[in-house]
Amino acid sequence: MAIGVKVLKRPTRETSYLRATLKGMALTFSHLWRPKVTMQYPEEKSAKDWTISSRWRGTHRMLTDEQGRAKCVACGLCPQICPANCIKLVPGEDEDGHRYPLIYEIDEFRCVFCGYCQEVCPEEAIHVGVHYENSEYSRDRFVYDLERLCAQTHPVSTLWDPSDPKGE
Amino acid sequence: MTFFVVVSAIKVFVVFNLIMVGVALLTLAERRICAWMQDRLGPNRVGPQGLFQPAADGLKNFLKEETYPAQADKTLFTLAPLISFVPALLTFAVIPFAAPLPTPWGVVPMVVADLPVGFLYILAIGSLGVYGIVLAGWSSNNKYALLGGLRASAQMISYEISLGMSTVAVLLLAGNVTLSQVIAQQQQGAWFVVSLTLAFLIFMISALAETNRLPFDLPEAEGELIAGYHTEYSSMKFSMFYIAEYSNMVTASALMATLFFGGWDIPFTSWDQSGDPSVLKTLATLATFLAKTGFFLFTYIWIRWTLPRFRYDQLMALGWKVLLPLSLGYLAVIATAIWYLHQQLGWSYGTPFALALGAVNLVLVVLVVWWLDRGRIVSGSMVREAA
Repeated sequence: MAIGVKVLKRPTRETSYLRATLKGMALTFSHLWRPKVTMQYPEEKSAKDWTISSRWRGTHRMLTDEQGRAKCVACGLCPQICPANCIKLVPGEDEDGHRYPLIYEIDEFRCVFCGYCQEVCPEEAIHVGVHYENSEYSRDRFVYDLERLCAQTHPVSTLWDPSDPKGE
Repeated sequence: MTFFVVVSAIKVFVVFNLIMVGVALLTLAERRICAWMQDRLGPNRVGPQGLFQPAADGLKNFLKEETYPAQADKTLFTLAPLISFVPALLTFAVIPFAAPLPTPWGVVPMVVADLPVGFLYILAIGSLGVYGIVLAGWSSNNKYALLGGLRASAQMISYEISLGMSTVAVLLLAGNVTLSQVIAQQQQGAWFVVSLTLAFLIFMISALAETNRLPFDLPEAEGELIAGYHTEYSSMKFSMFYIAEYSNMVTASALMATLFFGGWDIPFTSWDQSGDPSVLKTLATLATFLAKTGFFLFTYIWIRWTLPRFRYDQLMALGWKVLLPLSLGYLAVIATAIWYLHQQLGWSYGTPFALALGAVNLVLVVLVVWWLDRGRIVSGSMVREAA
């Protein structure tokens, strides 16, 4: 017998349907008054019963520095690693020789949320976010430009750490 | 004559609409009660507490595409929902739902048609409903639908016998098949549930089977037959089967209340049936009737969400081997008891008469429950192999 298999005791002789019926009716009736387990989602978002993992990989967020500029240095690693080819990056350079993205767009429809962009980013600028509510009224709203990526406020993913596989 | 026609037309209109609204609310009640029994909330988004959910469902059904299977018999396929829909609504016509209402033009009995054949009419029209189901199953040209239709015909014919037999006891006691007379008789003594307890139990089980409700929903049996006889139906045609099922439930519940629970009679008072009719009396008795009917409707839903479906042989065994002999035997016993009390002791129906019969019933119910409880009736197939 395998571990954890629950063996029900089956009746070996014929059994009474009548008592079982009454017992079942009493049970269902008592359940009428018990507290309900439904979470009424858009109004209720219980953080206790339903939390998402800090490793969750959702829509992206670009972190900014103290002056509010994107941390991105337009190194081009994220479009390079991206398996879905959803990041569009056009690099630019200012007069001091600092590189910055002229265009930085992520097509969230193409994205497969692998999190490689966050892993590969040397400046810890681009992150996948702990976030799951993404509805919009049109498809083109899902191409996030740099401004939009910087404006996101949701927490960023911790990703999976190989040295701490269970997140302890 | 003009008065009768006008009043009848108004009553038909009002009762029809009330039943349709009641059926709509019943679908909501079913879903919400089932949800509560499963620790869920159920549909509560459309309107307060989900009250407009049936309206949304109805609108959706109107807008859905009507599909016709290519090999279906078009005429019968279209006719079948009507055949089950119309008798389901017709049967309510003879059930009195309140004390007579006084109007400036005369007293109006609160029943659509107080037919002298009363209950026989319900049995006759009620058994027409099975044609709709059988024809739906057959004309769909679908093997699951046909199986559902076959099951429906076998089941409804089997249980109609014990249903009829259990009501014969009522008619013996009331001496009349007119439902208003049946109620009047119950108002003189105790309700018939006291004097005919076992008949009530048989009637209730048979009525469950007649309305194709769980645990007797073999014609639908979604686990085995997809949806049984209405597999191929969509849109309003499907909805009509649905409405038919629920209005059959309403009628069966109203009938249980009328035959065994005194109809619109308010218990422990004779205020409602004596003296001049008044609007207050009508409203109070209407509320009583609705409460009784509502209780049985709740019981229907309660049973549905508690019990699993019977296997086909269990269904037939219960119908033919248990309920039929039981109702026949019961009829013999109760007829003898009534004859003895009536002819030998010279009592007429009243509280002592009902209590005496009630004592007989108590003994019978105890015996039957003891007999059923030995567990020879419904058993799993594996058990029989082991024995």
